[in-house]
Amino acid sequence: MSKKNFRPDVDAPEWRGGHTPYDIIKEGTIAIVIVGLLTVLLSVLFGSPDVPAITIKSWSNAAPVDFATTALSELNGTSLTAAYGAPYNIQPASANQALGPLKLEYWVGVHIPINTTNDFVVDPLKALPNQPVLDKNLAMWSSASKATQAKWVTNYTKAAPKMKFFDGKVVLNATNAGPVPVMINDLTSMARSGALDQALITGDTFYSTDYTQSLLFISDGAYLGDQAAKQHLLGEQWGVMNETGSYPGSAWLWLYTFFYQIAPYNSSGNADILVLATMIILTAGLTLMPFIPGLRSIPRKTRVYRLIWREHYQSQKQST
Amino acid sequence: MSTSEIDRQWTTRLRRRSFGKLPPEKMLPDTQPSYVSSWIYVFGVTTISALIVVIATGCVLAIFGPEWWHVSSVGHFVNSLHLWSVEIFFFAMVVHLWGKYFMAAWRGGRAMTWITGMVLFLASIVTALTGYVSQTNFDSQWISTQAKDAINSTGGGAFFNLLNPGQMLMWHIVLMPLILVALVGVHVVMVRIKGVVPPFEDDRVVQVVQVAPVAQVVTAAPVAPGAEQ
Repeated sequence: MSKKNFRPDVDAPEWRGGHTPYDIIKEGTIAIVIVGLLTVLLSVLFGSPDVPAITIKSWSNAAPVDFATTALSELNGTSLTAAYGAPYNIQPASANQALGPLKLEYWVGVHIPINTTNDFVVDPLKALPNQPVLDKNLAMWSSASKATQAKWVTNYTKAAPKMKFFDGKVVLNATNAGPVPVMINDLTSMARSGALDQALITGDTFYSTDYTQSLLFISDGAYLGDQAAKQHLLGEQWGVMNETGSYPGSAWLWLYTFFYQIAPYNSSGNADILVLATMIILTAGLTLMPFIPGLRSIPRKTRVYRLIWREHYQSQKQST
Repeated sequence: MSTSEIDRQWTTRLRRRSFGKLPPEKMLPDTQPSYVSSWIYVFGVTTISALIVVIATGCVLAIFGPEWWHVSSVGHFVNSLHLWSVEIFFFAMVVHLWGKYFMAAWRGGRAMTWITGMVLFLASIVTALTGYVSQTNFDSQWISTQAKDAINSTGGGAFFNLLNPGQMLMWHIVLMPLILVALVGVHVVMVRIKGVVPPFEDDRVVQVVQVAPVAQVVTAAPVAPGAEQ
């Protein structure tokens, strides 16, 4: 037996007062029934959202110029995915997010390798059968030097702001662009037919549950973001905690989402890791609250507990 | 077989240790301290009840597969049940958490109960995220493509790929439920062992019994209300 001073925020007094009957099984049963009924009621009244997924086919049919422009960015290496860095491709450390000197993303490195030029454009086109014109242009692309490829892509990119889509074809007056016009047009046609959706599903086997490439390609375009904006899902719309429709969404992420709205997080290139680091510190503080002097006194000093144990304190007062 | 040999058995030791710490009357009590009289106490059992409904509706969705609810009105309703039970689960858990915070429910050797509760909250967030990205609809596409940047920024995206719905579904319906149920079990057992934290009695001489590891009586000097020691 040892003696030490009573610490009101660490120790608890032994309860020497009375007890009341408590049927834990009955309480649990009633709680399950009530929660079950409330769940049914909310489901009947409000249902749940189910906005169909965007496919590359639906995207390229609804917004062919956006698709073709995105395809060009995959080919010329300027898309978000092409310049992403780890875990998709090798980029300078500065292209990856960092927390001060901690370059976690960069240090872990490439684990899901993606070369957008080949994986999103050239290889899918190679899979198209019986396309003699395309095959000839792809052969021209493959046999050209990197410098020549870059020159073709640059010339096409310069003209790209005037790109139009007419009569099922990408229309762009680009000079000295080599095979690029055919490649972009045929990839757009492939996308509009639905063939690119299947071609981009990651994996060489019959079965696949990995949609990394398809999702990255779709998210590189503007169409996905446009649809998300209509559903109030953008970051500046507190989209991290929203879901489609007028549903509560992930309301528990309100603080996490909040940091994305304020400086310095909302203007930082390292916003994600900064917000996460902030949340980790705050969460660690809350988790380790029992061991942090000062912070662990807040409940006692705010006296909110007086409301919780109101009846207890009233009966104590009456007995004295 | 000698008595000493039986005493040394792992099974015997585990049984004695378990029932020593948590006798049946503590695990399934029929009385409770009279101070446990507030609506705030409802939210712990509400959280567990909602979790049971979440798991039950998730099991129905699992029976028919991840895309059933897109093509079946019954499936869509079951998905609605799953969604709303999750919303009730989080609402009840957050209220429970803040209620326990204002009770300083970690007092009296209950710090690990508080910590397991916090870990449960974090594990629940991961479970919800993996559920959102496994829905195979627009929400999945948008949430996975946006949230990947946060995961990737930690380096974790190399191993926990939000853009792979197959991997996410496995986390959602196998790994995370196992973790959640195990944590809930530990949390509830801790609550039953230590009991519900008593009210602050901060202005009188108090005797405290610390339950673990060895029962000891602590005698306090009178403490002024609001004083930090």
